[in-house]
Amino acid sequence: MSRKKLSQLSQQLVFVGPTTIFFTLIVLVPFLLGVYYSMTNWNGVSTSVEFVGFSNYVHIFTSDPEFRNSFWFTVRFTVIAVVGANLLGFFLAYFLTKPLKSKNILRTVFFMPNMIGGLLLGFIWQFIFVRGFAAIGEATGWSFFNLPWLGDEPTAFWGIVIVFVWQYAGYLMVIYIASLGNVSKDVLESAEIDGANRSQVLWKIIVPLIMPAVTVCLFLAISWSFKMFDLNLALTNGGPFNATRSVALDIYREAFTNSRLGLGTAKAVIFFVIVAIITALQVRATKRREVEA
Amino acid sequence: MEQDTKYRIPTLIIEIVLILIGLLFLVPFYFLISNSLKTFGEILSDAAALPSTLQWSNYKSGWEAINFPSAFKNSLIITVVSNVLLVLLSSMTAYQMVRHNTKFNKALLALFVAAMVIPFQSIMLPLTDVTSRIGLSDSLIGLIIAYLGFGAPLSVFLFHGSMKSIPLEIEQAARVDGSGTYGVFFRIVYPMMRPMYVTIIILNTLWIWNDYLLPSLMLTSESLQTIPIATYMLFGQYTKQWDLALPALVLGIAPVIIFFLAMQKYIVSGIAAGAVKG
Repeated sequence: MSRKKLSQLSQQLVFVGPTTIFFTLIVLVPFLLGVYYSMTNWNGVSTSVEFVGFSNYVHIFTSDPEFRNSFWFTVRFTVIAVVGANLLGFFLAYFLTKPLKSKNILRTVFFMPNMIGGLLLGFIWQFIFVRGFAAIGEATGWSFFNLPWLGDEPTAFWGIVIVFVWQYAGYLMVIYIASLGNVSKDVLESAEIDGANRSQVLWKIIVPLIMPAVTVCLFLAISWSFKMFDLNLALTNGGPFNATRSVALDIYREAFTNSRLGLGTAKAVIFFVIVAIITALQVRATKRREVEA
Repeated sequence: MEQDTKYRIPTLIIEIVLILIGLLFLVPFYFLISNSLKTFGEILSDAAALPSTLQWSNYKSGWEAINFPSAFKNSLIITVVSNVLLVLLSSMTAYQMVRHNTKFNKALLALFVAAMVIPFQSIMLPLTDVTSRIGLSDSLIGLIIAYLGFGAPLSVFLFHGSMKSIPLEIEQAARVDGSGTYGVFFRIVYPMMRPMYVTIIILNTLWIWNDYLLPSLMLTSESLQTIPIATYMLFGQYTKQWDLALPALVLGIAPVIIFFLAMQKYIVSGIAAGAVKG
């Protein structure tokens, strides 16, 4: 009996032990430590770390326009980028489930940008906005291409949106294609026989049927855009004049440019709380919709 | 069958429009590749034209500027080793959680699920503190351990979801035939779970190979630079020197693009499966 218990314990240690240790070391301890550091004046260098209570949080909410700006930028960016990437991803999927001769190659093309990381993509697009657009503008005379793009606040914002949508629409398209493939042909045919026109079939039948995929895709896109860092760093580096600085980049700058790691961790804790709230809302919405579907 | 009967004019129009959008999607790659083969003066004078003569020597400079062999090797080691260990350890953990649903394992799973919400930026500052204190910084092993810890929650969660559907009877039959727990796991559970392994490896590969932030915080030695770090350093050093930067970018994206074209089928189905489960 005790021999059996011993073997069960060793099995538990072998199967669960390593994962638990790494997780504790890399996620759990830093997370708890972060909550503590957020209430200190930690600067990463000096060994004496003073406890300062909630003053970092007070500072962030009362006298830190940088954080407020980056938060507002991140929210605006998330709304537009999430809607844009999902609309494009859905319509690409919708048309690519039709009997097109080039659908396989097109799926490959639309998905390909996803393979490349945000940092390299950001640098590639920096070149396109700076030199490529100028060249097209010169050749065609279209004012769209002669805008200052990354050099001006509103166009820099849209520049990041364009790259984000270009990168992620294909990923969402793959999920939408898989979901559209599960919509039964019989349902669509009987709707057509009943006299529904094409847009009615799309909005009244197909979209409600793939609602679980819509929720998954919204969730993924919100998570990508809200946590955007690499693309932001490489494409605009938060500029011009910090107008396109995401929250993630702001935390990074606070810690490594300003060396105020205590303040940075306080921002990181606030960032976590916001992400957790968004996730909780999302999960609730998913559950409710799944019952209906 | 369906294709022949339904291909009419509206479908043709849709096809043409989508091909145009597809070409639009490829324009960035055209700019990247054609300019990577031009002289610096030609890039500045007309970025849209094709190169007048192909400057292959740009690639030699780009190759050296990011020390491509070393960066590629580091990226490859980190991605492969992290992936292998991550799927091995997290599938074992998930299996134990499914078959021994104790209070401890239930609580641990709940903790993993909750931790999936934590954005990396929320723990990165204290994480660098922890890793440097225990001697994990500036080493590939340390970085791999960081990926194991941060990647475990999602991987365990995905494995756990799919392992629940393995019927216990198959395992019991194997046990009657004399297999121990490890035998059951590697001979019965692992082969049945193969599609899930592929999905998780693909999700983790896309993440780890392209990650910039975590390696940039943990690695300082030049000899340990990954492709994203070497690229970032290059841009910090030579601002706007495009005849050097563009070939380096082409080299940087070439491995993933080749990987994608070779493994396309698995990647696309893996992502669809991972999204439905996640």
